[in-house]
Order: sequence, then C-alpha cells, then structure tokens
Amino acid sequence: MRIVESTTTALSGDAQAAVRWNRKDLLGLRELSVDEINFILETADAFKQVGTREIKKVPALRGKTLVNFFVEPSTRTRTSFELAAFRLSADVINISATASSLTKGETLKDTARNLEALHADILVLRHSSAGAPQFLANCLKASVINAGDGAHEHPTQALLDLYTIREKRGKIAGLHVAIIGDILFSRVARSNIFGLVKLGARVTLVGPSTLVPREFEKLGVKISHKIDNVLPSADVVNLLRVQHERQRKEYFPGTGEYTRFFGLTKERAKLLKPDCLIMHPGPINRGVEIDSDVADGLQSVILDQVTNGLAVRMAVLYLCGGIATT
Amino acid sequence: MKNGKQNSYIDVLIMDAEAIRRALRRIAHEIIERNPRLPEIVLAGIPSRGVEIARRIADFIRAIEKIDIETGAIDVAMHRDDVGTRAELPVVRASKLPVPLEERTVIVVDDVLYTGRTVRAAMDAINSFGRPARIQFAALIDRGHRELPIRADYVGKNLPTAANEKVRVRIGSADEPDGVWLIKLKGAG
Amino acid sequence: MSATIIRNGRVVDPANKRDEVVDLLIVDGKIAPLSQLSTLSSQPDGLDASDLIVAPGLIDMHVHLREPGFGYKETIESGARAAAAGGFTTIVCMPNTSPVADTPSTIGWIKSRAAAVARVNVLPAGAISKDLAGEELAPIGSLARAGIVAITDDGHCIQNHELMRRAVEYARMVEVPVLDHCQDYNFVGNGVVNEGYWSTLLGLPGWPAAGEEAIVMRNILLAELCDHHIHCQHVTTAKSVRLLREARRRGVKISGEVCPHHVALTDEAIQNFDTNYKMNPPLRAQTDVDALLEGISDGTLSVLASDHAPHADFEKEVEFDAAPFGIIGLETELGLFVDLLVHKHRKVDIVRLIEMYTAEPAKLLKLEAGTLSVGASADVTLLNPDLEWTVQIEKFQSGSRNSPFDGWKLKGRAVRTIVGGKTVWELD
Repeated sequence: MRIVESTTTALSGDAQAAVRWNRKDLLGLRELSVDEINFILETADAFKQVGTREIKKVPALRGKTLVNFFVEPSTRTRTSFELAAFRLSADVINISATASSLTKGETLKDTARNLEALHADILVLRHSSAGAPQFLANCLKASVINAGDGAHEHPTQALLDLYTIREKRGKIAGLHVAIIGDILFSRVARSNIFGLVKLGARVTLVGPSTLVPREFEKLGVKISHKIDNVLPSADVVNLLRVQHERQRKEYFPGTGEYTRFFGLTKERAKLLKPDCLIMHPGPINRGVEIDSDVADGLQSVILDQVTNGLAVRMAVLYLCGGIATT
Repeated sequence: MKNGKQNSYIDVLIMDAEAIRRALRRIAHEIIERNPRLPEIVLAGIPSRGVEIARRIADFIRAIEKIDIETGAIDVAMHRDDVGTRAELPVVRASKLPVPLEERTVIVVDDVLYTGRTVRAAMDAINSFGRPARIQFAALIDRGHRELPIRADYVGKNLPTAANEKVRVRIGSADEPDGVWLIKLKGAG
Repeated sequence: MSATIIRNGRVVDPANKRDEVVDLLIVDGKIAPLSQLSTLSSQPDGLDASDLIVAPGLIDMHVHLREPGFGYKETIESGARAAAAGGFTTIVCMPNTSPVADTPSTIGWIKSRAAAVARVNVLPAGAISKDLAGEELAPIGSLARAGIVAITDDGHCIQNHELMRRAVEYARMVEVPVLDHCQDYNFVGNGVVNEGYWSTLLGLPGWPAAGEEAIVMRNILLAELCDHHIHCQHVTTAKSVRLLREARRRGVKISGEVCPHHVALTDEAIQNFDTNYKMNPPLRAQTDVDALLEGISDGTLSVLASDHAPHADFEKEVEFDAAPFGIIGLETELGLFVDLLVHKHRKVDIVRLIEMYTAEPAKLLKLEAGTLSVGASADVTLLNPDLEWTVQIEKFQSGSRNSPFDGWKLKGRAVRTIVGGKTVWELD
C-alpha cells in the first residue's frame, strides 16, 4: 500500500485532484486523455460503494442545482442521471423539449441562458443535434454533460461500458471487443470506439455494409460483415439496438433479415468463449439483435451496466460539477 | 511551494519511528481497557495514513489479546459539503465498513486532529452506513485549534502548534523511516 | 462634362488582351480614348495608380442580396456597399428572396430599388421554377423582358430532369443563360457536411460528393441535348471537375464556377461545430481542393464568385444542424483568391484571375461589362495584388457578420471601386 506524504493539508486524506481533472464539461471521449478516462473510472469505484450503503447519499453536491435538459426524450438515461444527482445531494429539475419553451420558438441558447440565470450549476443535455452540448458549453459558465448528441457521442454510456469491462475482466488493453449493429448512426458506438482504442483494446465493428462503412477503419478499428467469424475470438460483445424506422429503411431491409445475419441468437451465442461478456446499452429489442434467453443468460452483464452507469454518472457529476464551481 | 514563494521552513522531528510505535501500542492498550467487548470494534482509518495507523493498532491488539479486530476505511472526500469553496477538487476513494453497524463501536483513526472537520465528515459518512452504538476517535497527533466541538478519545501525542506551522506525518513508506515533524517558519520562536 | 484620368496604372483588360502600364481616361462616365485628353475643356481629376492594377470593374455573378423579404440579413443597399468595398462594380443577385423572384413585378421592384439605392450595378437573376418548388416553369419569357440576366433556382435544384430539360429548351428560345446549383436531394438527404472521414468521426449526416456530381452529369447531358449553355454554380468536387473537363473537351456548352471558401478550407474545419463552416455545398476534402485548383489552372473552371450568403447572428448561433447554410463573401473573395491562387498555389497569374472575374462572366451572361473598351461604361477596379491586410469582420459593410475568415492575413486587395466614372468606394 502506497502511503502518500502530504505537508500542506489541514485535513488528512486529501490529495490534489486538480492535476488529473480540470474540465467543467464532459462533451465526449474523443478529446479525453487515457489518464482522464482512467481517473473517471477510479472515481466511479468510490461512488459505486455508496450504492451499497444503508443511506445512499453523500453531500458532495449539496446545494447545487442540476438540470436534466432532455430535448431528445429518454427515460433510462435521465433516470440514471437523476438518481446520481440525488445521491450526491444535488437538487434536480427535469426539462423535456415538449414541455420547454423550445416549442415556442425560443432558441436553445436562450433557454440555457435562462437556466443559468436561475443559477443552474450543471446542465445534462440530450439533443438530436451533434455538437449541441459543445455549443452550450461554450456559452455557459455551468457544467455541460453530454447525455447524447445526435449520432456524435454518448460519453457516460461508453464510460460505464469501459467500467463494466474493467470490473469483470480486470483490464481493457489487449481485449478483443466486438461492437455489433447500426454503427453509422450510433453515438454509443463512436464513444466506445474512442474510449476502447485509447485504452488499448482491439475493436471490430460488425454489421451490414450500409451501416458500417469502410471510413470507420480510419479510427483504428477493424470491420467485418460476417458475425460468425468474429464471435469466437471476442472477449466482449457489445450489441447496439437496431431499429427499422423510416430513416433506416434505405439502409437495411428489415429486422427479420438483420436478425438472420447479425442477431446474437442462441446458436450464435454458442460460438462465444465462456468468459466473453455480453453487453447492450438498452433498451433491448428481444429477438432482434439479441435472443431473449441470451439477454438473461450467465454471460450477460446488461444489468451490471445499469448499476455501473449510476456510479459512473456520480463520478462525472462530482468531477465536472466540482470544477465548474471551484 | 504552492504560491511559488520560497518561505524558509525548518523541520523539527517530534516523534521518531520508535516513539510512534510506543504511542500506538499504548493506544492499543487504552482501547482494550475501555472496550470490554473487543469483537464489536471496527478500527476505521481515514485514507491514507489513518488506514495504516488503524492496521498497526489492530496488529497490537491481536498480539496482546489474541483477537482479530475488524478494520475498515472511511473516505471523507465525498462527504465534504464544501465542494466549490476549496482550491482543488479532492480525490474520492471507496469506503469500506462492515455492516450492520448497529451493535458496533466504530473507532475513527486518523494521523492528525486539527480543526475537527475531517472527523465531522467521517461521522457523516459512517451514518450513511448505519447507526453504530458508539463512535470513538483515535489520533496519533492532536495539534489543537479546534473549530468544532470535537475531541479525541485516544491521542498519541499532544502537540501545541501555531496556525502557520504544519505537521507532517510519514508512516508506512517502503523507503523512508516513520516520523512526525513540525514544520515551522525559520526565525520563529 | 466630367473627366478623370487614372495615371501610371498597369491596365489589365483581358477581353481586349491588354496588359500595359498606361493612363486611362474617363469622360462623362465612359472610357474615352487618351487622344481625347487634348480636347477637354478643363483639367481632368487625376488618380495616381502607380503600383496598382487598373482592371475592368469586377463582376460577382453569385450574390444573395436578401431583398425583398429578408432585409434583416442584408439589403440591396448594404449588399451593394459590401460589393463596392470588395472591388465589385456589378453583382448578379439570386432569386431566393421572399417573394421569390419569379414574376416580372418582383424583378421590377428589385431593379428600381437598386437604381435608387445601390452604388454598384445590380443585375437580377430570375427563378427557373415557380416559387423555386421544382414543379412548374416560372414565366421565363416575361422575366427576360423584365430584365433578368439569367435563370437559376439557386438554393434549390430541379430534381425532375424532364422539367429541367424543358426549362433549358425554353431558356434557349428567349436567349437566357441557365445557372444551376447542383444538388441531388436523394443522395444528399439531410446531409450538413461533406461525407467523409470527418462526418464519420463526428456522427454528422454526410453530403456525398456524388450528390453534386449526379446533377453536373445531368446538366452535361441536357446541355448537349438542348444545345444551350448551362453553368454549374459553386463546383466543389474532384469528379465534378473531371466531368466538366471531359465534356468541355468535346465542346459541350457547360461551365463551372468556384467560391473562395471551397479552396481556402477543407471539411476538417467543421470539427468544432462552428456554424461559420456550414455551407451548401459543403467544404470538401483536400483531394477535392487540389482538383479545384487544377481545374482553375487549366481553365476547366472559368468563373470566380462568392455565393455571398448573409445570415443574422441569432440565426447562426444555434446548434449545427439547425443553422442556415452560408457565409458572406463579397469583401473577402478577391483577397482570398489573389492570396491563394496567385501567390500561394500559383495556379493562375493576376491577368487570368481578373479575366475570371470580368471577361468570363460577361461572356457567359452576355453582359456589356467586364471590359475597358472605349465607349464602355467606366466601371473600373483598382487593385493592389501585393497589399497585405488582415480581415476585420466588424469593419465590414455587409449587414451580416457570418464569416470564418476573421483575422485571416491576406495578400491582395481592391483599393478603389469606380462605377460609371464615379468612385463608390476607396480604401482608407
């Protein structure tokens, strides 16, 4: 056990964190260093422990106001951020697009400025426009946390995915991670690619050629359109939700065909190594990208991801919220 | 130096490794004396030096009474309610305490007792785990200048200090010997 | 009787193949032969043009003046002022106003407004289709009578090839040039940036190069089929250049223009989601920029223009998806092109650059402009191709500020703009 020497602190147990984290915003993983990502994961370890206590609350963000500004709706992510904020003793306000003044024509910037005038300290933003969180971070003093911007990034999802892999397999570097599904339109895929590649994992993207274009190879990953070739060597399989909505009709013919060629069926699951992790950001389309029994099976860590999501989001709110007000 | 200015400090050795060892052994005896039901005790150290001190006290108790005492750790950083008023953001670590705490005596262990705010935060943290029967506090050094009505139950050494002086504790380092130093401004009496 | 003599300038008049250091005489708003000097009743005003180039007034054939309807972005008056400050004596304004310039009365309004307040020549382009909707032809014949110099649906593009064919045939009949903003809506979808590495990395919907090339190809076929010239506005991709080069070699009546931002920037610029880099067509990859430069050098691309597209601050200060496309350009285009094409990349000399801003657009649009021939209206631009200056947007004349070039250091600038013999702008 390494003992840290400290000569300047009035309170023992302190160590300087400013040198490892000094951002008020979390916009994406593309701009984070390896050390910053690791620091978030280490901080999440501490906050995960809070969830096992009798009273799951610490006063770290007491008196701070967090606004969940979900212009694109979401129940799961918003609930996770809300709970994370409560556990840190912050006050939470939830705003959704339909309820907000955005529908009356107020610009995003004006809405956010109004929130700042009400002394909101942290803004968690989910928006369908890539770059919207960056846009707000540039004009607000408050912390801006990206909860998903269009197809660009979803940093807390990727962080909780990295946390889960690290928790179950002890490391990230050297592991073979397969991300399967609609990569082109997926912010979860992009953030995961940035994080995994930075931390030294080998990443293979799997899906129809229309949804996994060759351009992605420039990000340091491999591409395959034959899932059966990839599964046997995978240490982690991360399945993305596949939807056949209007915009996707031109990209692949339908969920039936998708499942036949890319779904993680019971049969395909047998190709996996016994210690391979099965992950999914949720919500699951049972029977489409993953067979129902496989989703509930022993290798699935989907529920761990949810628990870890809470710890990771507490860490992110603590770090960014702390810097914004320091 | 944080502000770049080189003040002249001198280090005065207050306790060497042997003095620390004797103090901790005495504390172990005091704990045994005041706590008839030893298995109910948890020695919860405040990271990181408090954890090492708690471990050593537990070793002494084991040597004296042949009983294994539970140890744990209490991270106070996330129980600070002054995030934003500090110059830097404190690093948070995981806490570890055995649950349930209801019948237990939690002895918080730290290296230096100063303003008392760390202990207050530690008690706050303990409360989120449960409601122990009793909380006590052991400090290697009590340097005075309390800002809250907090006192230590077990003290290794009372060390009166001035506000502009610092106390440095090194314990458990692989390369360097243990010790406690008072750092005073050169020229001060 | 008013007279001005511009002395000692290097007169570059590509239409007349002139490039010589000589004086230029203007009498009563027209270019006069030097021999007339001796017959003048009084001394002409003198302008010293030593070390300057004396060129025919420059023509920008792709400008959005926003009036009628969007005066808060730019007006005919402020746009003309911006043109003068950029060294331009003639601008062609696009029809995507409100109402759309698809009726003779709107054209009439624009012309009379320009006559009243514009300090440069403003020539309106009319719409190809009613309301720019791409469904029915606008009254092109009546628009021609009302004084348009070209038709275009700029901002939009007719997707129905059959309708475009009929428009081109009709335009041929009334002898009106056809300009086209080449965009295939299906290929482009809701793309906001060039489809490539950067759109993939950032998760932004991409605009594939094929979205422009498909329509360039369509226009080449129609130019051949209808035997009428079609001009492709703001060409941006390598394959578009290749298609144009190959078609022109065969004698097809097709041409292309380039905007400065498409050679000054690449799609790498979008990575901070700054909406000043969002244009239509979008910034492309370096390989496309290289091909555009080659195309300018070998004459495949024959016209330079700005696609000056003013937008208010509050419209551009929004999330990337929601921002309107376009940047202003009148006051930076000459500097950018002289700096990049003549000095930095050495793709053309200043004479050819001036030709691409004078004789070429005049020929395309059949204008009595772009020359310093005796008897021509005295529209003259004095420029210093070696003047170093820093772009300061807040000092610009334009009503809007949406430009990514603030702070850029450029070499080359107009120093005086003369319309009909009168100075309408000079550099102070």
